[in-house]
Amino acid sequence: MSDIKSRPIWGRIRPVAHAARHFVCCEGSSAARHVAETFSPNAEALKQVTILYGNTDRNEEAGHTLDALGAEASLHYPTRQTLLISFKAHLKRLHMGAQIYLCGPEAFLNEATAIAESHGVLKEAVQTELCGANARRVQCVHCKGLIENVAYTPIACEHCGVNLMVRDHYSRRLGAFMGVCVDAEAPGDLPARESF
Amino acid sequence: MAGESFLVRVTHADPVTTSVKRLRMQAIDGKTLPPASAGSHIILTLKTPNRLLKNAYSLLPSSLDGGTYEVAVLRTEDSRGGSTFVHDALSEGSELTISTPVNLFPINRRARHHVLVAGGIGITPIAAMAEELFRDNRSFELHYCIRNEPNGAFLKDLQARYGERVHLYHSDIGERFGVAKALPQQRIDTHLYVCGPEGMIGAVLNDASALGWLQENLHAERFLSPGGGDPFDVVLRRSDIEVTVGEHESLLEAIERVGVDAPHLCRGGACGQCRCSVVEKDGIIQHRDHYLTQEEREAGDAIMTCVSRLKGQRLELDL
Repeated sequence: MSDIKSRPIWGRIRPVAHAARHFVCCEGSSAARHVAETFSPNAEALKQVTILYGNTDRNEEAGHTLDALGAEASLHYPTRQTLLISFKAHLKRLHMGAQIYLCGPEAFLNEATAIAESHGVLKEAVQTELCGANARRVQCVHCKGLIENVAYTPIACEHCGVNLMVRDHYSRRLGAFMGVCVDAEAPGDLPARESF
Repeated sequence: MAGESFLVRVTHADPVTTSVKRLRMQAIDGKTLPPASAGSHIILTLKTPNRLLKNAYSLLPSSLDGGTYEVAVLRTEDSRGGSTFVHDALSEGSELTISTPVNLFPINRRARHHVLVAGGIGITPIAAMAEELFRDNRSFELHYCIRNEPNGAFLKDLQARYGERVHLYHSDIGERFGVAKALPQQRIDTHLYVCGPEGMIGAVLNDASALGWLQENLHAERFLSPGGGDPFDVVLRRSDIEVTVGEHESLLEAIERVGVDAPHLCRGGACGQCRCSVVEKDGIIQHRDHYLTQEEREAGDAIMTCVSRLKGQRLELDL
């Protein structure tokens, strides 16, 4: 693990017994199955559970597993963007006493936690768990363009074309890792590719 | 360790209610009192006839800009004489030493809505917070629990300035502030701050937790006065000094009396600065602070010297 302090450390989702409402937002089938496993022993609490599911890998069966929990609402979305639009709309209507749970791949957690933060919900108040790919959400520090699902470093910025080294340096506000020009001194001289 | 201090003169002293006195202070040694964020407190050094007391008092809203500081002090019967001294012995022209302001009860500026809850004299930091939020045009509401209107310090000023944001609870007719009833359906980006009597703070925090409010969104400030107890001996191992802690004296005060500069900040069991390692003890530590966790208390190898004591004969500290 990096010694860069801003690198987010994701936790484990655990239903909070005394929460007045449980609000789950998850992306991908492995996250869906994990949410179903985590919440099924707490069936008595499930009357106050809302689940938003991004079915990004087209896995209907994982979606059915979530629906079978019997939550008050179990809503499915086809993409991350549609999932997060709904997440924002629900956040605006949530009240104190609600516990928020986020579960999914790194880039999803990056963006969703930044949305929560921008709505005044602090990172300490959100439970998170990495479930799925650890490809990152990256901002090119040169053109400020955001790049989704970056699986390795270095990478050419898809906006301005600069070759970027993806650092562990992370912006909670943006929900993105920083990508910094890697070949300024010797253009085209790139370090070996590393996956996350 | 005490940080910078200021020599001040009381330039104004007036009763706010029959039991609350306000002091305004200005530096007399050419220094300017710095601006203080809402929720800050200062330590007043009070030379009472019997002993030297160092008490923490929250700064009033008028102190935010610096220049002068104001505190409001409730006369309490069970105190060690600090509040009585402020009421009976201090007046315009009195000179005092005060500490630099310290804030252990700051506003969380990442929150979008702020619920301020005050009980009685707990209004002092809460009023400063209301003013800071008001000036910044931030969303807040103020819940103020008082015995009755004549006893509500600064009540008229608060109502005039903050209008409908102010909600009152009169205990003399049985009104109580309850989180579930007063704060239904609070938006998710709310933070709550409470200051008042110990029992009230505990009740508010417990109610909110039971309703699923997260600890991260709850803030409280409680200053304790040291309270007395049976005398005991303390050995300061590194300084090689032994001293007896008197019946009406705190451990920290005894340590200071023999000239040892021990760490401290709030002197009220809140900040954790005075935590000291216990080398040996022949009794049980009476933990009276709000800082150590239950596990740390049970471990018995640390003591907060400002408020806690030994029930026993001899305590050896790593000081």
